[in-house]
Amino acid sequence: MVVGTSVQRVDGVAKVTGKARYTDDFTMPGMRVAKYLRSTIAHGRVSSIDTSQAKALPGVDGVFTFEDVPKRIYATAGHPYSLDPHHMDITDRYLLTDHVRYMGDEIAIVVAVSDLIATKALSLIDVEYEPYQPLVEAKDALAKDAVEIHKGTGNVVKAHSFVAGGDLDAVRKECDQLLEGQYKTQIVQHCHLENHTAYAYMDDLERIVIVSSTQIPHIARRIVAEALEIDTGLIRVIKPTIGGGFGNKQDVILEPMVAFLTKKLDGIPVRLKLDREEGMVGTRVRHPFDVKVQIGLDQEGTVKLIHFDALSNTGAYASHGHSIVSAGAAKTHYMYPRAVYSCTAKTIYSNIPAAGAMRAYGSPQMTFAIECAMEEAARTLGMDSAEFRLRNGARAGDKSQITKKPIMTCGLLDSIKKGKDLIGWDKKRALWPKEQTGEVRNGLGVAIFSYGSGTYPVCVEPASARLILNQDGSAHLQVGATEIGQGSDTAFAQMAAESLGFSFSKIHVVSCQDTDVTPFDTGSYASRQTYVTGQAVMRTAEQLKAKILHHASIISGLEATLITISGDNIVISESPEIVVMSVQDVAIDAYYNKERGGQITAEATYKARNNPHVFGCTFVDLSVDIPLCRVKINEIYNIHDSGIIINPLMAEGQVHGGMAMGIGAALFEELMVDPDSGKIYNNNLLDYKVPTIMDIPDLGAAFVEPNEPTHPYGSKSLGEPPIISPAPAIRNAILDATGVAINELPMSPKTIFKYFKNAGLI
Amino acid sequence: MIRTISCTVNSKPVSWQIDVRMSLSEVLRTNGFTSVKEGCGVGECGACAVLLDGIAVDSCLYLAIWADGCNIRTSEGESKGGTLSEVQQAYLDNGSVQCGFCTPGLVMSSTEFVEKHRGEKVTRDQIRKEHAGHICRCTGYESIIRAVEQCMKPYEKGK
Repeated sequence: MVVGTSVQRVDGVAKVTGKARYTDDFTMPGMRVAKYLRSTIAHGRVSSIDTSQAKALPGVDGVFTFEDVPKRIYATAGHPYSLDPHHMDITDRYLLTDHVRYMGDEIAIVVAVSDLIATKALSLIDVEYEPYQPLVEAKDALAKDAVEIHKGTGNVVKAHSFVAGGDLDAVRKECDQLLEGQYKTQIVQHCHLENHTAYAYMDDLERIVIVSSTQIPHIARRIVAEALEIDTGLIRVIKPTIGGGFGNKQDVILEPMVAFLTKKLDGIPVRLKLDREEGMVGTRVRHPFDVKVQIGLDQEGTVKLIHFDALSNTGAYASHGHSIVSAGAAKTHYMYPRAVYSCTAKTIYSNIPAAGAMRAYGSPQMTFAIECAMEEAARTLGMDSAEFRLRNGARAGDKSQITKKPIMTCGLLDSIKKGKDLIGWDKKRALWPKEQTGEVRNGLGVAIFSYGSGTYPVCVEPASARLILNQDGSAHLQVGATEIGQGSDTAFAQMAAESLGFSFSKIHVVSCQDTDVTPFDTGSYASRQTYVTGQAVMRTAEQLKAKILHHASIISGLEATLITISGDNIVISESPEIVVMSVQDVAIDAYYNKERGGQITAEATYKARNNPHVFGCTFVDLSVDIPLCRVKINEIYNIHDSGIIINPLMAEGQVHGGMAMGIGAALFEELMVDPDSGKIYNNNLLDYKVPTIMDIPDLGAAFVEPNEPTHPYGSKSLGEPPIISPAPAIRNAILDATGVAINELPMSPKTIFKYFKNAGLI
Repeated sequence: MIRTISCTVNSKPVSWQIDVRMSLSEVLRTNGFTSVKEGCGVGECGACAVLLDGIAVDSCLYLAIWADGCNIRTSEGESKGGTLSEVQQAYLDNGSVQCGFCTPGLVMSSTEFVEKHRGEKVTRDQIRKEHAGHICRCTGYESIIRAVEQCMKPYEKGK
């Protein structure tokens, strides 16, 4: 068996030796450097711009402003194209703009022979602005006389509402208790270690080649084509090794610009690389949410209804703003699927950096609100927090109130039980004093989550793969899916090897995506690849296997139905110890026999029409130092139902990484905005508190593994979910320790101080 | 201003003509040592760490001219004759690699740590402190600590 074992990741050696090549590790002779001129105000219009001095500087190839770019408005969200006109992404961007919508907006760009000359040229551009009042917060953006950030929107990107599972008012009347709470989440930035970077050049007079650090090469190709009005077939997007994305590279940010620049400059290679400070405001961030939650309960402690009223701030441009709240609401609904579930939500524009996709796409914000509110519910009823969730949490066989489909596999209750054991919940509850009075107090917390394995039925879920048998009996695997560090290429190789009967080392994954070569797949997002692309890989492997056996049958004269592949050999199915010939023998004959055969290849494409849900929880034991307003995590565990685990070591790594990101968002991270000017105070890795190794405690990960029937290897999603539940679990443990409910993130000393002071603790 | 520096990189003597304004990371990358990554360019993330006379430094903050006469080690040079170093192997054994962008720098700090503390019994706190100059956004650091522990194990006294 290869599936289910911790084989070494396929790109591991390349990465530990530094031989893996990322976008910036490729250079071309004569490559130019491009740099943006970014606005120094958050809201207004450029009233004049003079680029003459910059253009005259020796070494400058070109200076382009909003006046030079195509009058073509486009959407940047990395979604597959939608055939439904009501479900299109929001077109609200030009390549450069004279209408400044956040501090750092892109109004001009310089191309020069070196970084220094480009920087010098930027300083020679004179800009004058007609400033407007920056609209930073919702109350400003939604004020009656507020200037419209995008014409005709009233500063609302989208309003949503739905009720699932019953009549909200009727159920409300049946409830014995209604509890309400309000919860706020902050602006978080992805902080992938590799910044956004891309370069482009032309092959001839028409074809544009773009090399980019992207999660979505095939989508990027389409969006560049749309933004520049060029045929899709003339755009080629290449994705080398990627240094992390977490959703920030599920957006088309630099690709249309580098394509535009090389086209303008007769095809010379142009690189556009953002530095850290630029990237932290000029790419995407996580949407800050303000959520009111109402929970309805009966006397026995059963949750009868969950109602949200959510406000999401997408900042200067829509990006993914139109879909984040609804995705977050829909995916979190599976936690408590027997309750009536209702959501009203509004996403607004404002003059802060644009928010987009980030790991778990709206679910961390929604789950923080729900799981804080559920904790109040449990405590109001006097029920144990874990017991309350065991009573109300999803079980296999429950029906989704939204899709009306049954939940096939659900390990939520088992994961809660496992988490209780790991942290010693009952023992600590029994031993710890009921009332704590010291300066340092201990608390236990729990929170649960649910998530999806893709985007179906909201979006199409296509994936494709190709396998080519080599002369040595190994096979090359091409996928359109995108390895960005999560380990998908290794999981694909494991599934291909398993399906083919090859040893793992005989599968070579082509990790570099090239839209001219690799088959179509929409890319890395929604934790979709192992579940969706995995199925395309297996279908391809089955085809290749059939073709290999067919040729082996021709060579050997044995019926193809009597033979199979095992251990890189053709063997008799009934007696696998009898080797007929090696796969290499088949390959050599197929390639070189003058009278028969040919190259053995297979290709399959697959669209997922299922979206199994994943579940799990975080358990945490922490201490709160009341005078210092500081939290110390003593023990923390994430327990996941992601179906059958393909690679246990790599799965554990995904969980650890998500937990650390969740802890960062819970305790430290916040991109801080000046409410008056819209200026971001801390767009660097020193002042924005990404957790270091000193800030993250020992991490524990565990799995429960129900066998998901809609996937041939029983697998479901894993990449994003680990980030979802740490923040509410930590908040609930702080409440347990101190009796103080912190209802906003991050729970940094600054925030905790405010709450403790109000509570009279300090 | 152009100057010549002579140093040893991964056991090979080199002599480079450099602009004195260039950082060591820029010079190393220009000369093909692209394991040296730039995540911030201002000494916040540690992706560009190399060993300079045995000590991990952020090469983005270190002028190349200062490296004249020094012995430099980068991740490329740690594998020898097709075999990974013990630290590199431990990173693979423990799943300490995801996107890989912080990896070459971290490998160098772990190498410094393992060489410096050989024979000692070290704590997780010590490992944390001496890797604190690196940001990794993928792993949550747990697997990196495990990799270093694996390297230290055979050398602990009394074992």
